[in-house]
Amino acid sequence: MTTPSSSSALSGYRVIELASERCALAGKLMADMGAEVIVVEPPEGCRTRSWEPFADDVSDIENSLHWWHYNTSKKSVVLNLETETGGQQFRSLVMTADVVIEAEPLSRLGTLGLDWNQFSEINSELIWTSVTHHGRDGTDPPATDLTLLAEGGPAWSCGYDDHEIPPVRGGGNQAFHTACHYAVPSILAALMWREDSGKGQLIDISLLNSSNATTEFATLWWLNAERQVERQTGRHALPTMTEWTQIQCADGRWFNTGVPPRNKREFQALRSWIEELGLVDQCSAYEILKLGDQFERIGLLELDEDPLAGEVFQAGRDAIEFLGQHLKAYDLFVGLQQRGMACGIVYSPDEMIDDPHFVERGFPEEIFYDTRNASHTHPGAPYRFSKTPWTVTRAPQLGEHQALLEDLA
Amino acid sequence: MTDQRPQALDKIRICDFTGQLAGAGATKILAAFGAQVIRVEDPVQRGKWDILRGVPPFVGEARGLEAGGAFNNHNAGKLGITLNLRDARAKELLRELIAVSDAVTENFAAGVMERLGFGYEDLRQIREDIVYVSNNGFGATGPYTSFKSWGPIAQAVSGLTFTSGLPDLPPAGWGYSFMDHTGGYYMATAVLMALLHRRRTGEGQWVDLACIEAAGTLNGVATLDATVNQRPMRRQGMPNSNRSQSPRMAPHGIWPTKGHDEWIAIAVRDDHDWKILSEIIGETWSRENRWTHIETRLQDEDELEQLLTTWTANQNRQELAQELIDVGVPAAPVLKPQERIEFDHRTAELWVTVDHTEVGESRVEGLPVRMSETPWSVTRGAACLGEHNQYVFGELLGLGNTEIETLAEEGVI
Repeated sequence: MTTPSSSSALSGYRVIELASERCALAGKLMADMGAEVIVVEPPEGCRTRSWEPFADDVSDIENSLHWWHYNTSKKSVVLNLETETGGQQFRSLVMTADVVIEAEPLSRLGTLGLDWNQFSEINSELIWTSVTHHGRDGTDPPATDLTLLAEGGPAWSCGYDDHEIPPVRGGGNQAFHTACHYAVPSILAALMWREDSGKGQLIDISLLNSSNATTEFATLWWLNAERQVERQTGRHALPTMTEWTQIQCADGRWFNTGVPPRNKREFQALRSWIEELGLVDQCSAYEILKLGDQFERIGLLELDEDPLAGEVFQAGRDAIEFLGQHLKAYDLFVGLQQRGMACGIVYSPDEMIDDPHFVERGFPEEIFYDTRNASHTHPGAPYRFSKTPWTVTRAPQLGEHQALLEDLA
Repeated sequence: MTDQRPQALDKIRICDFTGQLAGAGATKILAAFGAQVIRVEDPVQRGKWDILRGVPPFVGEARGLEAGGAFNNHNAGKLGITLNLRDARAKELLRELIAVSDAVTENFAAGVMERLGFGYEDLRQIREDIVYVSNNGFGATGPYTSFKSWGPIAQAVSGLTFTSGLPDLPPAGWGYSFMDHTGGYYMATAVLMALLHRRRTGEGQWVDLACIEAAGTLNGVATLDATVNQRPMRRQGMPNSNRSQSPRMAPHGIWPTKGHDEWIAIAVRDDHDWKILSEIIGETWSRENRWTHIETRLQDEDELEQLLTTWTANQNRQELAQELIDVGVPAAPVLKPQERIEFDHRTAELWVTVDHTEVGESRVEGLPVRMSETPWSVTRGAACLGEHNQYVFGELLGLGNTEIETLAEEGVI
């Protein structure tokens, strides 16, 4: 354990991560903020190294973009935990560690004599983090991101108005992410406590409960009112069906209309924009929008009780739909937002990273690959620390930092 | 019985302006870990800046400002005070509170704290080593700084909506504010990283959290496929988020079963999983050699899915999921809220009963985490408007009862 430097939030902490798709993000979040994260791989490499897509579509253990994304800023050592030497080296490594993160099958490490129980007394400052299906004392059913999102709740809320179409799994490995999003603050809280107490502890993160704790209204409607939400296209699942919030713009792109206009200023802004565009004659909602001048703000109660309020409210929605028929999604997005109305263009992830706002903020992150003598653009920092900024280097090659083990011998 | 074990953050005090879920969800986690979170609300607007205050779903039969179930959930365990920051005396009290706080948290629109006179530089004047975490959609700098955002907007702009859907259909998106939950997770992480750094070096800082950027990190593999391989996500047949592109698996999806709106998720990870599933299906088509290898299953994935759908449609989702799990194939029913909350014993410890001063007992979400030495704890519901004025202004800041009464009468608190 070295002393922290002033430029990196987690510098001086050593984290040992047993390579797994289930906990890779937790290690990445800590590594990108300055912790020394050593990912321990089996001799053949972490299984995610064999996952598509590959850089240049060339299948190779050093080319998996999955590996590239989830293992930035880490170091790699190879250990065969099934052998006596490998186990001994792992023990030595863990003795130097502040944090261990693992998502191994439940009985594996215990059988090898390499579990928390074997370390807690000899390294009493160690923070051991297990990411499990539903607890270290539970069972270990075969599971993937898909099955976790199905039994954990998110899938029930995602999909289409037409319930003949299956519920949808949100993309991007979010069941694994969510467990990691709970693992990291738990580890940080444990490190805070250790600063005072000098004691480590065991953290047990449930993948199943992580998703269960991340369904917003599906859970809240049940807990409070015992009502079941129903999935709806592109918007919140709720006990009752609501109006659309997604439209297709003139360029074919989808657009989230956000919270509909509710006040005089917004109705006026819509009108003047329609005037500027010379589209007054084509917009049937335009005349009704004028009546919006009577409303400082249309409240939800008024919507039910005052027919005129309802009509004006609908005209606001119609006007946005009308504008979408005449404008590209990007122009509608910027135009409405500049006029004070919350809305969003539906970007793909790679389009978001090219948007001028995020480019100006420096979100796209160029990482140099000395192994390829090239730079590649990664998604950037999830947060901007003014004193200890996020810094990132390419994911390690298999066993690239094997020399670390020699220092321990 | 009260757990006497210590809590990880029991020396930490947060001066908290957060609301909704993206902000309040963050400080709920900190409170569960033991931090004293003092939530500041506006008495003039009766705390309604937080749009979840006093709106459905209501806690049981209760109604009104204190009965919002989402508000109660997201603010469980925090203290609540009121400050009318239009009044100079309220600003002075806030300065005193910040002086004894470790962190200030907020998720207002960008610029609001500066206009109130409590931007980062102002905060530093009060307490040099303060940790300040701001959280909004587009962040504190850049051309869209004034743009507004809610969870669904953050999801749309970041790519999360686009990557959740089936081909030739509109985006399904996330049927809830996934990014409000997740923005809260990143905010809690940011607060803790900054506090840990301060604990070790004495240095405070400002963290500018843009929820959309946090969201933009959550589809990294697809982003790299575009930036490295020039293969944009927007292409024929994509997205199809019920399939698995990384790693390639087939069949992999959610299929109809017997009953109304009942579904099963099955992930055939490899040829071994397929061999087992094909035997359980036990039909002529499932035994055909053409499906033996992943390459041909992927090549004719549409046809394979159609055949599988025809078969699952006559199965019971719970029984089939159990049968597949027992033989090692990943499967799960798509659980409905009641099923996962009331009937899935594996989730039982997540749902905790809290006591709310006005609306009584209710159930809220706990944390999906066990910590052996410093367990989290959520026992109290959200604070009523100004519920802890007496404690905070009296005990903490040392005001007398008469002073507090006068401030209340004059609308300062």
